[in-house]
Amino acid sequence: MKRSYENQIHIDGRVWGAITGVAIVMFPVLVALLYHLKPDWGVVLKGLIGVAPIFWTVGLIEVFTYIPMLGAGSSYLAFVTGNITNLKAPCAMNAMENAEVKPGTKEAEIISTVAVATSSIVTILIIALGVLLIVPITPILESPELEPAFNNILPALFGALGVVYISRNWKLAVAPVTVMLAIYIILPMLGVQGLDGLVGILVPVGAIIAIAVARVLYKKGKI
Amino acid sequence: MEFSLNSPALFIIVGIILLLVTAQSVFFLIRAWKAGKEMGMATATLRKTVISSAIFTIAPAVSILMGVLVLSKKLGLALPWLRLSVIGALTYELTAAESAAKAAGTSLEESAVAVTGEQFLNISIVMTLGIIVGLVLVPILCKRIQGGMVKMRNKDSKWGEIVTAALFMGMISAFLGLIFTDISTGLAGWGKVFVMLVSAVCMALFGLLIKVTKWKWLNDYALPICMLIGMASAIPITNLIGG
Repeated sequence: MKRSYENQIHIDGRVWGAITGVAIVMFPVLVALLYHLKPDWGVVLKGLIGVAPIFWTVGLIEVFTYIPMLGAGSSYLAFVTGNITNLKAPCAMNAMENAEVKPGTKEAEIISTVAVATSSIVTILIIALGVLLIVPITPILESPELEPAFNNILPALFGALGVVYISRNWKLAVAPVTVMLAIYIILPMLGVQGLDGLVGILVPVGAIIAIAVARVLYKKGKI
Repeated sequence: MEFSLNSPALFIIVGIILLLVTAQSVFFLIRAWKAGKEMGMATATLRKTVISSAIFTIAPAVSILMGVLVLSKKLGLALPWLRLSVIGALTYELTAAESAAKAAGTSLEESAVAVTGEQFLNISIVMTLGIIVGLVLVPILCKRIQGGMVKMRNKDSKWGEIVTAALFMGMISAFLGLIFTDISTGLAGWGKVFVMLVSAVCMALFGLLIKVTKWKWLNDYALPICMLIGMASAIPITNLIGG
């Protein structure tokens, strides 16, 4: 009997996840074998202690945040191909919006997977092309004239995306946007630095605030 | 074989890994396309999704390429090419590489001093293991999390929709907040806010234009165009206010 897409995608996702996961982990293993090198586990441990507590926490949070947003197929892909918050999730959101499908539906699952797969392929191709042409394009990419444009990709992306989603769900938006603005404006004034690195943790905080407010509004029949 | 940061062997290994990841993407694209067709979705809708997603990806992908450049000064091209094509993002990879480099007694900023083979190996292990959680957890948890969402939607479909919208809002609110993080530093710190406003106004104008003219096809290009206009506006804005 033919499996449904919903069941098959989990099997495909796990098989491909195992293949590509092992391949990615094999890079340092092959480097060690090829050049007869041995890792200094003390250095590795020290380096990992510097990043693992925050990255592993953020990774865990991202799994619970992005899977319900993106759906199964695109999640299996996005967590392998990376750049989720700055590329894959906005790309999937934009595609679902344009195709006029409701997130969470079977149609949205399809559109989101098509969007993330396309985005992953294009990203890999552009970076490969860039690596191939690194000598001629380096002066362009590093030109001081263009630097502000590339430093502002997130404001440009979330400004446009924000208009679409906030205008559609403004009742859901008011509380999380207010809290996040307060956090990001007030904390630096108090001397707190390094908030950029906390954005991964603040995404689910914003989501929980939005869900809590939504529950109240929903119970009252206001949304 | 003697270690070299840009040895052809490293590029071959990375090329093979990236071919596998590309194959996975192509497989999922075909699988979803076929399922969409079986579900009765129009070919035009699927094709439009491919085209608009490809266009949308160009600018962020070029900025990721710049990340490859940043890391390549110390680590050569092969490792940054791999790490920024899969799993991570520049912020994660840069931090992981710097943490490992410091533990190994060097720094990414000292680009004049090349890393040794052992340092390179240690750095690549930290970069790999530091950002491995999603790769491990998604195959374990995805079915369960999706199952939970389906159950919730079956019980109350409207509430299920609201929860998904709230998750989107969580992401958007966190990133909108992030844009304001430098405003206490003075006028130059407002640059990102002004860029966001340019992009937001552009998107609102597009919405208005689509509504008035009924040119629905513009929807597919509005976000990438507004993103590019926003990014382009950063150049005069930065020249004007500094930052």
